[in-house]
Amino acid sequence: MAFDSHEKRQFKQVGTRPPRPDGVDKVTGRAQYGADVTAPGMLTARILRSPHAHARIVSIDTSEAEAMAGVKGVVTGRDFALPEDAGLADIAVNVMARDKALYDGHAVAAVAAVSPAIAKAALKAIKVQYEVLPHVTDVDAAMQPGAPVVLEGRALESVPAGMSVNVTHASEFGHGDLAAGFAKADRIVERSFKTAATHQGYIEPHACLASVTVDGKADLWCCTQGQFMVRTVCAALMGMEASQLRVTASEIGGGFGGKTTVFIEPVALVLARKTGRPVKITMTRDEVFRATGPTVSTSIDVKIGMTKDGRITAGEARLRYSGGAFPCGTVDMGAMAAFAAYDLEAVRTQGWNVLTNRPKEAAYRAPGAPQAIYAVESVVDELCQILKLDPLDVRIRNAAKKGTKSSYGPVFDDIGLLATLEAAKAHPHYKAPLKPGQARGVSCGFWFNFGGNTCVSLNVNTDGTVGVTEGNPDIGGSRASISLMAAEELGIPYDKVRTIVADTASLGYNDVTDGSRVTFSVGLATIAAARDAKVKMCARAAKIWGIDDEAVEWKDGAAWPAGPNAGQFPPMSLAEIAAVSFQTGGPIAGHHEVNADGAGVSFGVHLCDLEVDPETGKTTILRYSVFQDAGKAVHPDYVEGQMQGGAVQGIGWALNEEYIYGRDGRLQNPGFLDYRVPVASDLPMIEAVILEIPNPGHPYGVRGVGETPIVPPLAAISNGVSRAVGVRMQELPLSPPRVLKAIKAA
Amino acid sequence: MRYEKPQTVADAARLLTAEKGITRVLGGGTDVLVQLKAGMVEPDLIVDIKALPGIRAIVAEAGGFRIGAAVSNAQLGEDAAVRALWPGVVEAAGLIGSTQVQGRATMAGNLCNASPAGDAVPALVAAGAVARVAGPGVARDVPVEAIPAGPGKTTLKRGEFITSIFLPARPAKSGDAYLRFIPRTEMDIAVASAAVSLTLNDQGVITAARVALGAVAPTVRLVDDAATAIIGTKLHDDAQAALAAACSAACAPIDDKRGTIEFRTEVAGVLAKRAARIAYTRAGGQA
Ligand SMILES: Cc1cc2nc3c(=O)[nH]c(=O)nc-3n(C[C@H](O)[C@H](O)[C@H](O)COP(=O)(O)OP(=O)(O)OC[C@H]3O[C@@H](n4cnc5c(N)ncnc54)[C@H](O)[C@@H]3O)c2cc1C
Repeated sequence: MAFDSHEKRQFKQVGTRPPRPDGVDKVTGRAQYGADVTAPGMLTARILRSPHAHARIVSIDTSEAEAMAGVKGVVTGRDFALPEDAGLADIAVNVMARDKALYDGHAVAAVAAVSPAIAKAALKAIKVQYEVLPHVTDVDAAMQPGAPVVLEGRALESVPAGMSVNVTHASEFGHGDLAAGFAKADRIVERSFKTAATHQGYIEPHACLASVTVDGKADLWCCTQGQFMVRTVCAALMGMEASQLRVTASEIGGGFGGKTTVFIEPVALVLARKTGRPVKITMTRDEVFRATGPTVSTSIDVKIGMTKDGRITAGEARLRYSGGAFPCGTVDMGAMAAFAAYDLEAVRTQGWNVLTNRPKEAAYRAPGAPQAIYAVESVVDELCQILKLDPLDVRIRNAAKKGTKSSYGPVFDDIGLLATLEAAKAHPHYKAPLKPGQARGVSCGFWFNFGGNTCVSLNVNTDGTVGVTEGNPDIGGSRASISLMAAEELGIPYDKVRTIVADTASLGYNDVTDGSRVTFSVGLATIAAARDAKVKMCARAAKIWGIDDEAVEWKDGAAWPAGPNAGQFPPMSLAEIAAVSFQTGGPIAGHHEVNADGAGVSFGVHLCDLEVDPETGKTTILRYSVFQDAGKAVHPDYVEGQMQGGAVQGIGWALNEEYIYGRDGRLQNPGFLDYRVPVASDLPMIEAVILEIPNPGHPYGVRGVGETPIVPPLAAISNGVSRAVGVRMQELPLSPPRVLKAIKAA
Repeated sequence: MRYEKPQTVADAARLLTAEKGITRVLGGGTDVLVQLKAGMVEPDLIVDIKALPGIRAIVAEAGGFRIGAAVSNAQLGEDAAVRALWPGVVEAAGLIGSTQVQGRATMAGNLCNASPAGDAVPALVAAGAVARVAGPGVARDVPVEAIPAGPGKTTLKRGEFITSIFLPARPAKSGDAYLRFIPRTEMDIAVASAAVSLTLNDQGVITAARVALGAVAPTVRLVDDAATAIIGTKLHDDAQAALAAACSAACAPIDDKRGTIEFRTEVAGVLAKRAARIAYTRAGGQA
């Protein structure tokens, strides 16, 4: 759906900041999260996990556990069907190991019992015989010839012969003559970088409740970013028809991409089917860290050439990502995003995915982009330092704009990068003086954004209120934004609209809440559904007035005769039309179904002032500003919330967060004590500056905003630290021991 | 698992002595409950000491203070008199956990949990605090530094537990301070820490000092060489450098997920220097 460029729209409600509809329930503790659901006769299940990074499962003896009083069912990998589709099969194997445990924490068996204590005790009674295999957790080590082999025969055709068996994907993007580009440069910098795997760190652990009836119907309540995805995957793993499995999404305590797949849901379903009782599973934090969604860990080489006056002549990157023990295409995203901010004559990126004995990667805000852009922006910053150029001027000079052939192929339409860079440059933050020992880091960021399958129903109630039924779990205030767009389009007050997230039996398919797609796609479908309802309401008014449907138009929340020839009738409001709808043809509802495109790419620029304690290597963030194009900020609070939240998660990633593996291949820090997300007192207020350059692909100009903000912090902080300590930092996180070591070595 | 809440010290000692299996004294429980949840220990008997007479009281004694073993750090922090005499100790205890944790956590629990990184411990050692130990026999007084035996282990014998910690009187012109290094600003475990307690004469010369380090060895370290390095000085730069060097030399840390040997060794010295400066100023010295 194109931007409504025909009318110069004065928004009445979109752009305001009303309270969110789910707010009261959340602050009073009433909201139902995944673990809050219970059922009569419910069993509790616990999962036994591999203590080894890599081991052949020789045998599993569950007899003693099964014989325990109160234990109602035990399952192992044998109880799960293996779908033909490779992607689904990988999920199945990740959910429950079959012949091999592929990482520390990989599920190997599960017990359902009448109490959590019995389930826990029964886990100890399961005897698993392992043959421990050599393991590899480092991406570069896994690429070496002779590295321990995680899985065999998983390389796609794109992978050249002669690479390690662990390499599963290879991709390449770019255009132009690299050699000629580098020849034109006055300076070339080439550097290698590493980034640690990080976890999404959502506060709510995964939880679900499954119930399967004897005639094969199932219900599943779970905490997820996409109930339809859960249905598709679980139905395939259970050998069920989609219609027989109804999935209801709970409120969600954070997802950030990590809840776009399944972990415990199929286990609960299989146990519920086996025991004939509802089965609940709640992960512990330890399980969340060991067995769910970290990002890829990466190793990246970047080479960039620049002229003395700051023109980038060529850019090249080689990216090695590991998405853990299963094939993973995230490196493609990194290879595409690495140089997206720049208008380049010559650019090439190559990416490889490598298997390691780590948990299966799950999406995390802009998956694959932060790492690649961190490496590129670090080298750009170093060139600016060497050539004594202003880092924002250089980025303005090279910025991609409308008509630029992007580094990954497509030609950009209207994009907000230049405006964002200029806003950053004009902001007081950029001009504020720095004290001795302080430094300022700058970085651009980019994300593709996504539209996708979307289905919305909009019901006009006889009392003049409206219900919007959508299918995407609300992870960032989307119900408020969707209500605002419905209210705007219909011309009724925001508080007359209630938006709910439906289960899989109540609405057509919706893609998961990912790709920053919900405010864009569901918003677009809501506007279209409202327009559908308006057409119907106009027809009802036409019927009442006895004139043609076309002679009625919708304006300011009411049907009006269109022009003098239509006749003289007083306008009928939505409430008036709704009140008599049973006499004019029955209930009124609007619908829209779409596979939305036109999401429109998104750019952001971050500025970070910091200081480093020269005696301890500890970084303190002093001031932080985010500049981002939102297309149109429907509910500015939630746009700012995304910008601030992304920045904070990026700050954590840059400074302290990391998956630390011991020599034994076991995760050393599966808890929030040693997996260090920032605490509130670590952070300054994050200033969010919203720019609004309408997205041509949305009627109100909306652009997704949820992912881009996690991209720039990695380089913004690393660039600041590098300038503060006078050494180019090349590895994340910038934990104090690492920074102090660099200071001492300088 | 049995839970008992005895009303007398003698009953508590009897219960702990009689139990053949694993026992745990329960103070604030902020370590015990976490360990139970994580499955690190499955005690047969838990003896809650919070109902023992006087165990939650702070009492002035001989110019110092006797702090009951179940006095929470929040309660301690609100005691202006203790804060005035031993600000470093109170600050160290105040660093432990969050507001919620502060309401329950105790210094005795911190000491008996015997983590090398316990925050209250170096400050107590620098202060020359003395633990009163009850048990099957007669009560005995033990210097705080003699309680931890290694990570998770104490020198307390079967049936013994701490009933109070005594913070002694101190001369005028004295000051103490505690600093820890954590990568964040709160809710973290010390990667290295240092406590300094010192006394000045009228000229601002340090006449007595105790320096203790945390998280750099299996147990808290009382570093005599570090004290010697600053006694007789006005804490000028050379003295600070000598203090830092003596502290680094006393470190025998491990490499782990929280920090490297190199880092801990270096930073322990830095913290000692900084803590000494604060203590010096608190004692009325012109830094
Ligand atoms: C969220 C959180 C944050 C924390 N942050 C910190 C921190 O920043 N710094 C830090 O040092 N610690 C921290 N801790 C650990 C803990 O809070 C402290 O060690 C606290 O001082 C323990 O006191 P307690 O009274 O709760 O001990 P308990 O849990 O009751 O006991 C701890 C141990 O000491 C034994 N014990 C307790 N009292 C006695 C006694 N009187 N005699 C003999 N044995 C006894 C117990 O049997 C047990 O082995 C944190 C804990 C949590 C949960």
